[in-house]
Amino acid sequence: MVYLTRKAEFAASHYYHNPAFTAEENQRIFGKCNNPNGHGHNYTLEVTVKGEVDPRSGFVVDLKQLKEVMNREVLDAMDHRFLNKEVPEFITKIPTTENLAIAVWQRLAPKLHNARLHRVRVYETPDLFVDFYGEE
Amino acid sequence: MIAHLSRRYLFSASHRLHSAEMSAAENQATYGKCNNPHGHGHNYILEVTISGPVDQSTGMICNLVDLDQCVQREVLSRYHLENLNMLQEFSKAVPTTENLCIEIFEILQRAFSYAHLDKVKLEETMMNSFEYAGGRELTPA
Repeated sequence: MVYLTRKAEFAASHYYHNPAFTAEENQRIFGKCNNPNGHGHNYTLEVTVKGEVDPRSGFVVDLKQLKEVMNREVLDAMDHRFLNKEVPEFITKIPTTENLAIAVWQRLAPKLHNARLHRVRVYETPDLFVDFYGEE
Repeated sequence: MIAHLSRRYLFSASHRLHSAEMSAAENQATYGKCNNPHGHGHNYILEVTISGPVDQSTGMICNLVDLDQCVQREVLSRYHLENLNMLQEFSKAVPTTENLCIEIFEILQRAFSYAHLDKVKLEETMMNSFEYAGGRELTPA
């Protein structure tokens, strides 16, 4: 079993707001992140897949294909977007880094065929990141 | 009390991805730019993770000097500034970073006896990396 990790970067804006909360509650819980005009981050995404090394090619997975799937399923949808308004998952869910990691997993898992998804890590800043390993 | 320690090393090497079992067209389709007959190089970052009980008297898992000397002698001196395709271990196997990662794990597994070898991680570029733990599953850390 070999694990392969590929990174990608994307920039997006978001804000945190739960319509079930009052304005005061939203402000108290989410603080500055509740500003409805949003704010942005440079996100770093790390996708780790696992599998056995193909004896012919020496590859676990074709990195180019993995990059294409990541580009198509995640970056094209999220790079330079306002997550709350432009990404379907976040019309109803709050685009926290936790929910972002889960959304990336759900977008990628059904599209990967030769290798299994092991971990999705999303860095919101270099000091803050979330890992999601699928439903445990 | 078991602790885990990781140390990073750098080496530069060249390789060409080409399988003798594939036709020219198949090699090109599989490896793309990496199939260039003249090869190309990377600055590889090697991250070695070991573990073991913390020695009460030293406060250490093992002496880092021993780890450094072992990695230097067994791995860096073998691969740094070399063409991987010219080496005996890649006379048949394609020198993908997957295969290099497994090879380095097995070299260190044989050569390093001062602590348990957990994992070898090999970064080929800033954007991709490979991990091998002797075939074991990586536990979420």
